[in-house]
Amino acid sequence: MENSTSIDQTPRMPPIPPAAPEALRRAPLAQAPATGHDPSSAPVRAQPGMPPLPPQAATSQPPRLSPDQRAENERTAAVLKELPANTCTHPEIANEFALLQVSNFRLYYNRTAQALHGINMDIARGKVTAMIGPSGCGKSTLLRSMNRLNDLIDGVHIEGSMVFDGQDVYARNVDVIELRKRMGMVFQRSNPFPMSIFENVVYALRIDGEKNKAVLNEVCERSLRGAALWDEVKDRLHASAFGLSGGQQQRLCIARAIAADPQVLLMDEPCSALDPIATGKIEDLIYELRGKYTIIIVTHNMQQAARVSDYTAFMYIGRLMEYGPTNKLFLNPLLKQTEAYVTGRFG
Amino acid sequence: MGTPLYNTLSRARSHTAFVLSIAFTITILLLLGLVIGYIAFIGLKSLSLDFFTKLPTGDPHNPGGMFNALVGTTILIAIAGAVGIPIGMLTGIYLCEYSANSFLATPVRFVCDVLAGVPSIVVGILGYELLVVPLGHYNGWAGALALAFIMIPIVARTTEEMLRLVPQSYREASIALGATKAWTILKVVVPAASGSIVTGIMLAVARVAGETAPLLFTALGSRYLEKDPSHPFPSLTKQIYDYATGPYPELKRQAWAGILVLIAMIFTLNLTMRLVARSKHVAS
Repeated sequence: MENSTSIDQTPRMPPIPPAAPEALRRAPLAQAPATGHDPSSAPVRAQPGMPPLPPQAATSQPPRLSPDQRAENERTAAVLKELPANTCTHPEIANEFALLQVSNFRLYYNRTAQALHGINMDIARGKVTAMIGPSGCGKSTLLRSMNRLNDLIDGVHIEGSMVFDGQDVYARNVDVIELRKRMGMVFQRSNPFPMSIFENVVYALRIDGEKNKAVLNEVCERSLRGAALWDEVKDRLHASAFGLSGGQQQRLCIARAIAADPQVLLMDEPCSALDPIATGKIEDLIYELRGKYTIIIVTHNMQQAARVSDYTAFMYIGRLMEYGPTNKLFLNPLLKQTEAYVTGRFG
Repeated sequence: MGTPLYNTLSRARSHTAFVLSIAFTITILLLLGLVIGYIAFIGLKSLSLDFFTKLPTGDPHNPGGMFNALVGTTILIAIAGAVGIPIGMLTGIYLCEYSANSFLATPVRFVCDVLAGVPSIVVGILGYELLVVPLGHYNGWAGALALAFIMIPIVARTTEEMLRLVPQSYREASIALGATKAWTILKVVVPAASGSIVTGIMLAVARVAGETAPLLFTALGSRYLEKDPSHPFPSLTKQIYDYATGPYPELKRQAWAGILVLIAMIFTLNLTMRLVARSKHVAS
């Protein structure tokens, strides 16, 4: 496991036109990142509609000490110069069982466009990990690399390693189909198939050729209950999935994803197309599914990240900047950029 | 810009556009009504039960019916569809789903576009050279395959275009659930586009059902009730052509009736297929 400021030497990449927002440029270089923190990593749970967590709400502002001020100055300078930056990983991550280990992972969309720069990240098993960051920072790309959905895009080139449950995701002999079955995915826009609700849920079983009616019915009910949708649709399982509301469709997609009994649920902005009530239901669902599944959720909504996640990763222009327990990252971030982002000063 | 003159002019222009578009729409509808009405008016007069049940007698004053031609056209279209629709659809699926990095994609697409525009008489000559001359006599297979040849590029290009309209998110969701590409195409992508693909296929069927030129040199036509496609084969269009170009008024009237029946056949087929293919699960 890494220290709070791990050193890894990623090769220098060709510069990309700078896109750093003005606010970040003007943000003073590291003054004194905080180290004081609450050791319990319980997520900050708030009801939808609650005002954003004010950073000042911490009981008492601990004295800000810089563990390595020079390292942070260098990191900020590196990001502004479009160079790879070291991730500031909080020590709590080391206490978790890493189900998915991403190390020095780099992704190029073609020869010149590099989307991810040396990502080092260990995803905690059974926990909810949120990925936040401004648009285009590579959150979705990283998420879609985990179940190799980026394989569908031409010209994607990958370096570094990603190890899922002891198995290299990008190894030559890996069974991609099997891998994807172990990682359910929920997309930004609900995308039920043009089939009945029932057929949507049991889709993964159909792929395996399951024909036993009893098994299909049982999985359908269990998955729909798991996605908190059963009571709403149990009388119309064989009606079209398009008759459901947006929020119901998204929960149907979650049911479809958990029907295959995956270990990991990848969620790519699952609530961005939903109204606050539907969002609240999905968040409640994520809260209930924690522990049972390892959930990785990409979100633009920082309050949502704060509400649902145990760990939060802050990404910025293709780098993982800071990664740690959600409450620490939101209340006492180690990096200036993180603080600027979570308090809404840029991004 | 906001001068009164400008406003008046732009308002006048927008009014003109509105009036013109309405006028042209009505003109087209009137023309269509005129054609169908005229055919129906003349055709209905000679349409009787005999037309559907009797064979041609050969007597120009007492011509009998066109039962053989109705059966012949149905069989020709069935064979042409059985050959042309699968090949066309598979080509369309290849073009849309599999050819992304292939050097074949552009040539295949280009050839399809060219073939779709080739005059049907050319296809007839080709069928004659390849399937009639080697066999030594005119036959139904040659006619059906010539029609299939006309269908393939139309079906291929429509299928491709319709599959392109299926949202990428369907494919991603299916792949993310562990489906293979073939399964995804078969179970999600094609069913999602089935309605519009069927419409495209029906257009192709309607097109070949009305073709005469490719059949002139291939199926030739027959006065008998033919069920074996290896013989000269009757078809509605060829019989209409023969009757309409002949000198006998009684036969000319039969031709009108034949045209009416042909239009009705295509219309009915189109409607039924649409009803059958109408998906229960249509995205809102």
